Amino acid sequence: MRFLLTAVLLSVATVSVQAETPTDFQNLYAAQAKQENPAFAGFSAEQGQRFYANTHGKEWGCATCHGRTPSAIGQHTATGKTIAPLAPAANAERFTRPNKVEKWFKRNCNEVLDRPCTAQEKGDLLAYLLTVR
Amino acid sequence: MNLLYRIHWRATAVGAILALTAGGAFAEDDDDKRIRPLNHAAWQQECGACHVAYPPQLLPARSWRAIMEGLDQHFGTDASLDPQQRADILRFLETNAGPGRAARDGKPLLRITETRWFIHEHSEELPANIWNRPSVKSPANCIACHMAADRGDYSERTLRLPR
Repeated sequence: MRFLLTAVLLSVATVSVQAETPTDFQNLYAAQAKQENPAFAGFSAEQGQRFYANTHGKEWGCATCHGRTPSAIGQHTATGKTIAPLAPAANAERFTRPNKVEKWFKRNCNEVLDRPCTAQEKGDLLAYLLTVR
Repeated sequence: MNLLYRIHWRATAVGAILALTAGGAFAEDDDDKRIRPLNHAAWQQECGACHVAYPPQLLPARSWRAIMEGLDQHFGTDASLDPQQRADILRFLETNAGPGRAARDGKPLLRITETRWFIHEHSEELPANIWNRPSVKSPANCIACHMAADRGDYSERTLRLPR
């Protein structure tokens, strides 16, 4: 029993260190969301879609640069540079590298919300992105 | 020899003499004017994420230092990097930085578009509204016209004005 518990804890630790697929990230955010909020009740793609489409008190929202459809190519609103699709179904590189994912959440959440995103918000957003074909 | 041709010939001759006397990094000849493409993986990837990875030659080291010190407020956006990567990229930028006294009122110039070189290179033969076209958006969007800018190629062979 103790061995099993250790194995489970180890696997959770491994996931949090080496998330390599969108599902890994989803599991990681779920674990973090439980810590942030004991009443955490899972992620909502609808909530994620609203989060993606709306602005949050500042000038830019996610869709400002990533486009209204996350499966399409976006365009940086200031520089005009094209941005590869955000939805994993359209761009297999998305949510495969923890450093890159965390770097962009840090920058863009600051940009859009003026604060870091919660694990709930990241998980909802990813849940939505995974529904986009 | 008609008049127009003679004027053209004289302009070319004057241009050639000016180019010879000016010397410098950017001569009139298109081949010489080409910015030497550089390779540096982190620079390409990080600086090239939101815009073309601008050639280090286009600003002096002092400007690059100022830019890399303020990445958390990079022209209004958060472009922060982890300290190790920041130092690595800054070393590359300093090593390949341009000459130039790109400073105004004692402060380093932070925008390539404000350097005398950029203004000179983009002052002629350009439609007045070029920077405002939706396909261009901003003078920061090099690749809108310099189609191979992401490979460090700004030569006239790869230049095309979009609609």
